[in-house]
Amino acid sequence: MDLQTLTYLFVGGTFAVYIGIAIWARAGSTKDFYVAGGGVHPVANGMATAADWMSAASFISMAGLIAFMGYGGSVFLMGWTGGFVLLAMLLAPYLRKYGKFTVPEFIGDRYYSKAARAVAVVCLIICSVTYVIGQMKGIGVAFSRFLEVEYDTGLLIGMCIVFFYSVLGGMKGITYTQIAQFCVLILAYTIPAIFISLNLTGNPLPQLGLGSTMTGSETYLLDRLDQVVTELGFDQYTTSVRLSGLNMFAYTMSLMIGTAGLPHVIIRFFTVPTVRDARRSAGWALVFISILYTTAPAVAAMARLNLINTIEPVAGEHLVYEERPQWFKNWETTGLLKFEDKNGDGRIQYSADKSVNEMVKIDNDIMVLANPEIAKLPNWVIALVAAGGLAAALSTAAGLLLAIASAISHDLIKGMIKPDISEKQELRASRIAMAAAIAGAGYLGFNPPDFAAGTVALAFGLAASSIFPALMMGIFSKRVNREGAIAGMIAGIGITLFYVFQHKGIMFIASTAFLGDMSPNWFLGIEPNAFGVVGAIVNFAVAMLVSRVTAEPPVEVQELVEHIRIPAGVTAAHDH
Amino acid sequence: MSQMTEEQAKEYWRRNLSLMFKLLVIWFAVSFGCGIIFVDALNQIQIGGYKLGFWFAQQGAIYSFVALTFYYARKMAQLDREFNVDED
Repeated sequence: MDLQTLTYLFVGGTFAVYIGIAIWARAGSTKDFYVAGGGVHPVANGMATAADWMSAASFISMAGLIAFMGYGGSVFLMGWTGGFVLLAMLLAPYLRKYGKFTVPEFIGDRYYSKAARAVAVVCLIICSVTYVIGQMKGIGVAFSRFLEVEYDTGLLIGMCIVFFYSVLGGMKGITYTQIAQFCVLILAYTIPAIFISLNLTGNPLPQLGLGSTMTGSETYLLDRLDQVVTELGFDQYTTSVRLSGLNMFAYTMSLMIGTAGLPHVIIRFFTVPTVRDARRSAGWALVFISILYTTAPAVAAMARLNLINTIEPVAGEHLVYEERPQWFKNWETTGLLKFEDKNGDGRIQYSADKSVNEMVKIDNDIMVLANPEIAKLPNWVIALVAAGGLAAALSTAAGLLLAIASAISHDLIKGMIKPDISEKQELRASRIAMAAAIAGAGYLGFNPPDFAAGTVALAFGLAASSIFPALMMGIFSKRVNREGAIAGMIAGIGITLFYVFQHKGIMFIASTAFLGDMSPNWFLGIEPNAFGVVGAIVNFAVAMLVSRVTAEPPVEVQELVEHIRIPAGVTAAHDH
Repeated sequence: MSQMTEEQAKEYWRRNLSLMFKLLVIWFAVSFGCGIIFVDALNQIQIGGYKLGFWFAQQGAIYSFVALTFYYARKMAQLDREFNVDED
């Protein structure tokens, strides 16, 4: 069967499964809609959390980034997994014990303040919306490349699918679809990796293949890779640091804290029955995530090696442009891969030296998608990768949209504007909020703002500098009060925004970047993407200081803190 | 729901914090320690095709995170039973 038919078959088949699940798992109450009834098994929740967390960025972009950053790319691997350790120990069990529906709700109750809840809603919406734009773009790109439809058509199909199962099923529908999506995405990621690892090293496990010798040779794969990249003038793969050790430290820490503070991940832990399940579920989530995250470095290194081997099979013998493989042509038409024959010899020179290099553009994002083609794998594997990329983008988009919708219907409408609405009205409100969120995200997907790419830093920076510290202090300190928490959140977000904007431009309009995006102007050489940790430290410091000079929290609040620290007496997610 | 005295609640929380602290020290050591701060020193050691520092940064830290989370969940379940605050 040809690739096109296979792709339609795989993508169509998986979509049919998602829709089937949606019809089966309809939400009947607000509790179903917000927390899937609070009865999800911890292993199932772990799987859903993994799909929720692993987005188009993890699936499509990460290995490509690592392929070109080498050791420096480790910040993503450690940062995006290590955050779950923080989540499992510092937040998830206590927030589950508290037993309500949303993150701002906890902040509002713990800091006995509607203002604190409102600040949390704003942070939540900003980080989730910036994230959703990226997913929407991923859906559009994947469709347009693999189904050969227009970007807009692809995006519209994706929106309809998400609309169907998330408006109908809420968290309940999303949870069970995410389990299916996890299975699709993890197969789609690991199967090509196994093939490629077998090809290159004879070891079927990519995690071991990366540390093995090349087939038919005594040379280790990583040594060979180090050798070929340095011959081309690049930094050694296994030791190339990202800017500086301190910057890597800050970057990793920011991603970890940001991960633990992202609301769409946190709310997943409200769906399990008990505190003990919340702890175990975090472990399972990490297991499922680790399958992809330990495979990614192998995919990265092998893709880089395969790419170089294609262009320059033997040192000094460059590929003739007219004889380039089909995948090379396909990606050239997308504009994500560009060749320019600078010396006019009709052959492709790839080098770190910009004046000689003729591969003028290799977009990081094509590496994972092109990888099976570069390695000459069968068509069904390529079709599976397309379905996997879509599963990753759809599952994360749905989780984010639910976080946005529940913040609107539960925190804004029920919590602040109209507290006396009935459960039926609230359920209807949350469905309308969900539909509005999808339409809004779709609009941004059709007209992606220029700043979309730069805003990932902002999403993590916001989660790290506002939500995480507020939650952690709310659990671990009885002394931090309303004034402290609000001042801390505002100071934390403020300084992070200020730093990102002064280097990247106000609202990412480049000309307003009054300090310029260059390393000599960076604070201690820390790049804006890695600044969340500094914002978090400021948040902690300001909150402690302000709390010390203002009145203690009321007795009921101190009792609430003691109550959430002990698991016994946990009730099913609180009924309103 | 079982009732805890104030002392018991304090002791439960103290034991939780001390377990958490130990595990977070390991969490820091395997990622920031072995993967970033001491990466050059560890890279002098080679295991198979992996330089050890590089292995920690791209593989070892992640495996350790999984082990840490499960160990914490198990130890806390034991602690819950000991203080009679487990949920069944």
